[in-house]
Amino acid sequence: MTSQTLFWQPACNMAHLRKRAEVLGLLRAFFAQREVMEVDTPLLCHASVTDVHLASVTTHLTYPGDEGKVSYLQTSPEFSMKRLLAAGSGPIFQICKAFRGGERGRRHNPEFTMLEWYRPTFSLAQLMDEVEALLASLGVIGTARRTSYRQAFITHAGVDPYAASDDELKQLAEESSGIAGSLLDRDGALDVILTHRVEPLLGVDGPEFITGYPASQAALAKVCEIDGYLQAQRFELYIDGLELANGYDELVDADEQLRRFEQDNRQREAMGLPTIAVDHRLVAALKQGLPPCSGVALGVDRLLMVLLDTRNIDDVLAFPVDCT
Amino acid sequence: MAMYSTNEFKAGLKVLLDGEPCSILENEFVKPGKGQAFNRVRLRNLKSNRVWERTFKSGESLEGADVIDLEMEYLYADGEFYHFMMTDGSFEQHAADDKAVGDCKKWLKEQDVYTVTLYNGAPLSVSPPNFVELEVVETDPGVKGDTAQGGSKPATLSTGAVVNVPLFVNIGDKLRVDTRSNEYVSRAKG
Repeated sequence: MTSQTLFWQPACNMAHLRKRAEVLGLLRAFFAQREVMEVDTPLLCHASVTDVHLASVTTHLTYPGDEGKVSYLQTSPEFSMKRLLAAGSGPIFQICKAFRGGERGRRHNPEFTMLEWYRPTFSLAQLMDEVEALLASLGVIGTARRTSYRQAFITHAGVDPYAASDDELKQLAEESSGIAGSLLDRDGALDVILTHRVEPLLGVDGPEFITGYPASQAALAKVCEIDGYLQAQRFELYIDGLELANGYDELVDADEQLRRFEQDNRQREAMGLPTIAVDHRLVAALKQGLPPCSGVALGVDRLLMVLLDTRNIDDVLAFPVDCT
Repeated sequence: MAMYSTNEFKAGLKVLLDGEPCSILENEFVKPGKGQAFNRVRLRNLKSNRVWERTFKSGESLEGADVIDLEMEYLYADGEFYHFMMTDGSFEQHAADDKAVGDCKKWLKEQDVYTVTLYNGAPLSVSPPNFVELEVVETDPGVKGDTAQGGSKPATLSTGAVVNVPLFVNIGDKLRVDTRSNEYVSRAKG
């Protein structure tokens, strides 16, 4: 192709880029006013998240004194930010790029902009209040409904995600999507039901928080027993069926953290996925002591999709991955 | 045939699903932030023409379907089969049955060129060009002085298709017709 035929222009219009600039300014003003410190941590690290459903983008970084170990573009700035919290940073936020291999669609670009912040001493409920205040500062008005994961499934899919048997969930997943139930494990069946039956109906009349996830989907959140079931202390924020943010009552137990890393890597081996270098510096920081805190990551591109009322992430990106 | 993973699914790709040849219409990636990744796919079953919706785990594969679209000239019908000939100079002929020809039957005119879709080497479907030029063989007499404005009337074309035409059209007129909408476009020259 010649330079005349190559499409070099931005994928989205200038008005949307101006909106992005305005929103970034408003986000920084919101946190400045609340005395939350902005931080700037590395995107390229020697360790990364082990979660089997997140694919870190890898590269070989060489520099004097290092012959080139595998390095990872971060799927979120979580580990570095927790090390700052353990070192006594107090409340912190960051707006940065995050990278996730394999994720591309109307709601996904492999490189995206994330807003992540941590609040020592905050409960999950207090953090949800702050998310609500942040949305209000951007013009998304209205009290966000708070619905349990369990109730959302019962209301929208007619199934109790905790009480139902594996077979019942797999059968419902198959009926909802045509996927072969036999290919799914329990969490896979729940994810199919969530994406096909539940999610499209979440946050349709104003922001909605979903809380109380199955313990098997805890990631880096604390797990507690509620109503007789082990539940992860997590929330997700939805607006008009779009997942916008994911918050945790953060796991602060170093041993438990290490155990989850190792368990993930064993599962990765079993699934034929690459194992990931465990972040022993994070584990060491947790051993030293992470203050009890809640943290949340919010997709800035998706926030812009809501503010600009578009269903396609490409409408808010200057250069989506296919145009780079 | 080659296998195609969900990452390679895009509109127009022909795959086998439940043993049926399908054309992918749309492939949507869905994934909860902390959950598993899936592809919600819409496909057209090329045999029944029905649209299917099916979800796959990301990374799953489907076998490609041996489906190819070829330009062929319509030769004749023998009562059972409709015979077409390749336009590439090979003179290779293919016989399509009633089911494959389907709705295209009413547009078939000898020596005109059609798109014949072959599945495993045999005609699966036949599509007409978007526009055809055909002669009127039956319609009410034309109304003098009536131009493009005003009412319409049915006209039967030489291939059997019936389309609504303006009142001024006469038997023997040659018309340009849009086969997608079944609508009259204009009178054709000659």
